[in-house]
This record gives sequence, structure tokens and C-alpha cells, in this order.
Amino acid sequence: MRRILVGIKRVIDYNVRVRVRPDGSGVVTDGVKMSANPFDSIALEEALRLRERGEADEVVAVSVGPLEAQQQLRDALAMGADRAILVKADAAIEPPAVARVLLKLVERESPRLVLLGKQAIDDDCNQTGQMLAALWDRPQATSASKIEIQGDTARVTREVDAGLETIEVDMPAVCTTDLRLNEPRYIKLPDIMKAKKKPLDVIELATLGVDSAPILKVLKFEQPPQRQKGVIVKDAAALVAALKQKGLA
Amino acid sequence: MNRVLIVAEHLDGKLNAAVAKCVTCATAIPDAEIAIAVLAREGGTVAGAAAAIAGVARVLLVKNPANEPVLAAVLAPQVAKLAEGYGFVFGPSTTFGKDLMPRVAALLGAPQVSDIMAVESPTRFRRPVYAANAIATVESPAGRQIVATVRVASFQAAADGGQAPIETRALDVKLPQSTRFVSVSAARSDRPDLQTATRVVSGGRALGSAENFKLIQALADKLGAAIGASRAAVDAGYAPNELQVGQTGKIIAPELYVAVGISGAIQHLTGIKDARTIVAINKDAEAPIFEVADYGLVGDLFSLVPEIEKLL
Repeated sequence: MRRILVGIKRVIDYNVRVRVRPDGSGVVTDGVKMSANPFDSIALEEALRLRERGEADEVVAVSVGPLEAQQQLRDALAMGADRAILVKADAAIEPPAVARVLLKLVERESPRLVLLGKQAIDDDCNQTGQMLAALWDRPQATSASKIEIQGDTARVTREVDAGLETIEVDMPAVCTTDLRLNEPRYIKLPDIMKAKKKPLDVIELATLGVDSAPILKVLKFEQPPQRQKGVIVKDAAALVAALKQKGLA
Repeated sequence: MNRVLIVAEHLDGKLNAAVAKCVTCATAIPDAEIAIAVLAREGGTVAGAAAAIAGVARVLLVKNPANEPVLAAVLAPQVAKLAEGYGFVFGPSTTFGKDLMPRVAALLGAPQVSDIMAVESPTRFRRPVYAANAIATVESPAGRQIVATVRVASFQAAADGGQAPIETRALDVKLPQSTRFVSVSAARSDRPDLQTATRVVSGGRALGSAENFKLIQALADKLGAAIGASRAAVDAGYAPNELQVGQTGKIIAPELYVAVGISGAIQHLTGIKDARTIVAINKDAEAPIFEVADYGLVGDLFSLVPEIEKLL
């Protein structure tokens, strides 16, 4: 079975304006819309396309998080994943521990490809995929904007500071997705009904035997300093005059 | 003594300007002793440039043909080997560092602090989360090795003037063959580099086409500025991906940032918050970009931009 494992993280929806709690203990989450991390949806879409092109037989969506993350996995099943696994973690879990959990699942599922978002838009860490690849001792291709499978290798175009870089990795491998890899499909109503019948396993984190205690401690969250609102100038001449006065033109 | 190892990013024999910024970040750790690791095919010139940065105690040069072109899977085990005895292993928060450092961290069994924007103590760091809508202060356990990427927009480059010794190291590390470089398409340009430029002119979706994006080029030429773009402009194909400014693109801190036809999505604002002066030109007076702009100009960019260019 040629399998693709896709990571799905439940995060605050990207359209929500995130606010820090007054006591600095975190950000406001009460009544806030939660969604799958957008980069993870791109990873899932790519996995589905690879399956549709005949490069995979099964797409398994996995999440490590609270019980509520079942909702994001149901969405993944509605998008087209064949089955889903939630590793239920009640406390916050850091990228190194998530990587160890994913390694456990990789050992069980033997995927040829693990597709993850390059970063989650909550902690913006950009770590998990690379850490999993290291622990698994397999290649990584991060920030992918194109993935082509040729036999047992994947040719991946990566978005890098200089432009676009192409590398070739032997599978199994870990690949993390960037924005322009694809545009995820919309979920159709009949698919939501069908998704209810697809398997979604819930595994207790404690049963995996993974050390998941956080190493770093977040002491506080703060609102970033706000920029002062400036002035509206009346025309181009006024703008150029202002810039010249500041020595910027 | 807090020993810090910084992994040097370099290309075509040139040290990336981000490295000197990492040095400034490392210098903020009390009692720091800073070493720079240069992993290269030959690397003599790069090692020389690293040794000349003020505040650097030594440069560790590892020569290996496998080190160029750069592959994270090849560099990571070497960096992990070099990192023995270092409490801090830093890399720049560029696509090079983002790719490499977590792999190093996992090999070392160390946690990673991504995007350090300030050092409060040897165990306390500030970093942006939620597209920089919140700043987290994180603490690492005392005495535990940590890996970090340095948010380059938060630090000035350390000056030259150092004369650190260069030590060549031979490493007995098995390197993987399972990752191979194929090609890189990088636009060669005489323009200033987007990430380190003091002036940047960016274009957004309102430009309407790749052809119209040339308006941005003309204005940038006049200002001696680098060119940037919003995600919308890159997605629409008006500008290449390496010009994208924002949460998932480049985070920049120029003296002057001119946003043309950019509405100012949160993700874009994340990339420009540290700019000294922001200018926004947009026909929509309600666009969120005006909330952060020092100077706003409301009107048709197609007439305003050429007009500004003429006046400069």
C-alpha cells in the first residue's frame, strides 16, 4: 500500500484578528473560529491530487491535539482523506514532541510520503517536518511549491530566498508545503455526509510512550507595540516633500 | 561562559549579511563566546569574511565538496557534530536557516526557539507568534543546549573589525546520499537585496498585471530601492515568489517601505512592522495599510506613481 500521511493542526482561523488576553497568559480563544492550519490543507490537497494521479493508494490525515481536533479531521475526510487518526493530547505540545509522535505513526503506517504544512499559523515555528525527517533519518523537502513523483523519488521545487530551488529526494521522505503548491478544493455537502462513515481513530497520547513534556516555558504573551497612525498627504508633491525632509528621497 | 555557535549562510563565496545580524543577537547573551561554522566546498573567502566580524572568537571551517550546493540533510549532521560543547546553536531565520536548524535540533535532542527577536537573558527570549500579533517570552531550562533561528529584521549587523582565528575541522560524519540538488532558478539583478535593502518599493494586486508591475520597477530605480510584492501579486503571477513580503515570505526592516496598491492584509503587515517609515498609495481610503502607514496617499496609483517618480 502506497500511503501518504498528512498532518492537520487545529489552529485559530487565519481570518481571525488574534488578541492577547489581558493577563498575558495566552491569546483569546473563547468563541473564536478554529480551522485546519491553511498550510496543512494545502498538504492534504496535494496528497489527494497524488492519489488521483495514481501515485498513492491511501491518504491518512493525522492530528495531534485536543479532542475538538476531530472536527478538522472530519473536514479532511470530507475533502477526500481515506481515514484519520487523532492522537489526543490535552496539554500544549511542542514541535519536537509532535515529531516523535508522528514518528510513531510513521512506524505503524509505513508511508512513502509525509506531507505537512511548512509552519502552523499559531506558533509560526516551522520545525515539525524537519524534526520528523531527522528522527526518521529520511530526506526532507521544505517549502514545496511543486511535487513530482518519479518512481521512488520525488522531485520537489522549493520556495527559497533566492527564487525556486529543485531537489530530488528518495522516498520515503518528508515534504512541507508552501502557499503556491495548490489551491485546496472546497468541501461539498454530500462529502460531509460520506465523511461521517469514514474511520477516525482516537489514540491517547500516553499510550504511545512518547516523552511529550514541554521543554520551553512560555512565560507571557504581549501585544506587540502598535505603529502610530500617520498622516494622509494631499498629493504626490506633498509626499515627495515629506520624504525629502526626512532624507528618504 | 556561554558558548554560541552560529551557522554561516553563504552563496558563491559571499557571506550572507544575515550572519552579522546573528552575531549581534548572540552578543546580547551575557558572557558569550561566539564561533561561526562555515561549511563549504572550499570556503576560504567566506571564512575570512566571518572572521572579520567584530565579536567573533573563532571560525570553524569544514571543507567538503558535498557542502555545496547546500542541502539541509547533508549539513545537519555536520553542524550537530560541531555543536558539541556549545550551549547555543544559532542560524538565521532565512529559508536556509528555517530548513536546516530544526533538523540540527532534532539530531541534538534540543528544543528550538524560532525567530528570536530579543534576548532577555541566557535562558529568556522573545519571539513573535500568530503572525506577530503577539510576542511570546519563552524560557529554556538553564544548562540545556538550545537551537535557535534569529529573526534578522530585529538586529543590526555587527560591524567588521574582528580578526578571529580560522580553524579547519575534519569531521568524521556519515553524509546521506538520498537528497540531491537539481537546480536553482534565481533572478540575477543589480538591485539591492530585498532582505537587507534600506529602501523597498512593493506592489500589490491593484497593479493588475505583470506588465503594469514595471511601474514599481521604475519607482524603485529612482529611489535605489529593492522590489517587493504582496502575496496577492505573487499568486497572480505579477512578481516572482522570492519578492513576497509577509508572514510566510520575507520579514524586512528597511528605512523606507513604499506599498503601492497593497491593501494590507495582516499577513503582509507582519512582514513590514519594523520598517522605519511606511508610505502607502492606494485608491481605497479604508484599506488597512493606512492604519500603519506614516504617509498615506489616496488615489489612482497609475497616475500617482509616475508623478512621484518625476518629482524625485
